[in-house]
Amino acid sequence: MQPLCITAFTATCAAGAGRAELLDALTAGRSGLRPNDFGREPLATWVGRVAGVEQAPLPVEFSAYECRNNRLAWLGLQRDGFLDAVVAARRRYGAQRLALVLGTSTSSIGATEEAYTRLTPAGEFPEDLRYQAVHTPHSTGEFLQRVLGAGSVGVTVATACSSSAKAFAQGARLLEMGIADAVVVGGVDSLCGSVLFGFNSLALVSPEPCRPFDAARSGISIGEAAAFALLVRAGNDGGGAPRLLGYGESSDAHHMSTPHPSGRGARLAMNDALNRASLATRDVQYVNLHGTASLKNDEIEAEAIAEMFPASTHASSTKGWTGHTLGAAGALEAVITLLSLESGLMPGNLNSRQLDPACGPQVRLANARGAVRHAMSNSFGFGGSNCVLLFAGAEAA
Amino acid sequence: MPTKPVRLYVNGVALWSERLPGWDSARAILRGEVAPPADAAPRPAPQLLPPTERRRAPDTVAIALEAAAAACRYAELPPASLPCVFSSMHGDLAITDYMCATMASTPALVSPTRFHNSVHNAAAGYWTIAADCTRPYTALSAGEHSFGAGLLEACVQAASGGENVLLVAYDIDARGPLAPVARSKHLLAAALVIGTERGPRALAQFDLEVVGGDALIATPARAANAALVAGNSTESSLPVLEALALGWPSADTRDVLVLATPALGVHLRLRPP
Repeated sequence: MQPLCITAFTATCAAGAGRAELLDALTAGRSGLRPNDFGREPLATWVGRVAGVEQAPLPVEFSAYECRNNRLAWLGLQRDGFLDAVVAARRRYGAQRLALVLGTSTSSIGATEEAYTRLTPAGEFPEDLRYQAVHTPHSTGEFLQRVLGAGSVGVTVATACSSSAKAFAQGARLLEMGIADAVVVGGVDSLCGSVLFGFNSLALVSPEPCRPFDAARSGISIGEAAAFALLVRAGNDGGGAPRLLGYGESSDAHHMSTPHPSGRGARLAMNDALNRASLATRDVQYVNLHGTASLKNDEIEAEAIAEMFPASTHASSTKGWTGHTLGAAGALEAVITLLSLESGLMPGNLNSRQLDPACGPQVRLANARGAVRHAMSNSFGFGGSNCVLLFAGAEAA
Repeated sequence: MPTKPVRLYVNGVALWSERLPGWDSARAILRGEVAPPADAAPRPAPQLLPPTERRRAPDTVAIALEAAAAACRYAELPPASLPCVFSSMHGDLAITDYMCATMASTPALVSPTRFHNSVHNAAAGYWTIAADCTRPYTALSAGEHSFGAGLLEACVQAASGGENVLLVAYDIDARGPLAPVARSKHLLAAALVIGTERGPRALAQFDLEVVGGDALIATPARAANAALVAGNSTESSLPVLEALALGWPSADTRDVLVLATPALGVHLRLRPP
């Protein structure tokens, strides 16, 4: 495919609000995970909770969209001049040529959960939560469409943990086909009861901070994040911008909540991304792995990486810093991958002490530095949905 | 507008609702030739699912898989061969009701199966598993315009990949305390196979055209048909399905405008294939 330029990008998660804080936390090995204090009866686990969401109401004109997820989206837009960059793109191309593709898994479900805890004696939602705008999966997408003034496509991708990686792929196609001239892609997911207790019911939640690829890993730590990127075709505003070189998508066709035992879909998606970018694995210096710290995912992903990549490739999961931010993970880790391309920092696997024997030499415990020209980000989700993104730094493409 | 013209074909179609249970019977109803059945048809039991899962499957999975399989059969294409776009305003509202009620009462007792069925991509996941399809799928939501957003993405994918893409749009009725707020009614799933090559049973062709503006008005469905599925977001598929049902004995083109957002439409100038 024709490379696309990423003219602005930002992320807000437990490890940091905005690129500078996030890069600083990555460099210093400072995790954003903390003992779970979310909800009325907090599960005994660790979470990547973003500070200050409770104290940051939406502007009054957007009050119909009040909920944790939309607050987090709003906070995320304020960093790194992202909102200004979108406004400039809207002026340049016109609102009708600005699209939004948002990935999320649970969107505003926290508001629906809250309504069920405050039903009236007649069994109805409380007055303040009777707006359809926060009881539907497109809530955050619709909110962002309005905030950004995006008059072209405005759609939510909800494919669980691959959602916001797939937003990049969908956005890329909109540019390729000339449907839009600038696309805001991103992911927003926030803590809620459904995911904490739901993943717990599947015995996937760790009682300690998650340890991706550790031989003694004990499950995931759930996090929350808002991450965004602005995509345009190369030649438009692209000077000095990193590039999206390719995307790869596949389905496991195996099981709703367990990855294919030989990583069939993961390998298909990685190869699809490499083919679309006309690159080989030896060209990729850093891979940001899905690496949830679940037993199955990490074993299968490690095996696939060990077979496909040369020993020189540095691979890691950054979920030890951020937690697994579910539908936001694809966009958050795309931002981390872009930070790696920009800074040369290749993160290790924070919290992990002894690598699983399935890991090849690619998976590293410690941070490293080097010239990162091409970098990949993996996102594999429930329902067997896989998406892999391949990026280049500003000079390489 | 796309930068270059994109010619697309509707190579398959399917529909399932309680009173439009399958394309063959729905076709005559949509044309206004036959009255809809007085009684609601029982929920379909998709043959692609293992027998033990057919009755247990959530409603969204049952109707989406029924429509998906029927559209592939119509197009004479193996289900495993098609990238697919699933689109639903709400996902499975019965499971949402269960999850939220459980969170309010006994969160630690939530069912793991219901939890993994609660993801918006559950129907797409079950479809690819049942069809052994490793091609990409996506699962979208765009509020009341979810069908149109899915239609546009399916067209874009077909054009980008130069191949056939399966579109499945569905929604179900809301349950419990969420029902008066979500206001979704009926079971309704519609599916199309859209491709860049004319299929053996192609129903229509069109050039992909996207129109923007604040004053867009979607083409309405015939009132009698709309009444059968009113309140379900996938009802916005009906004008397209009606045009396909009417076919070409009496017209050379049929124009349908489907909204993908409140201010963006997919203009289908349907012509004989």
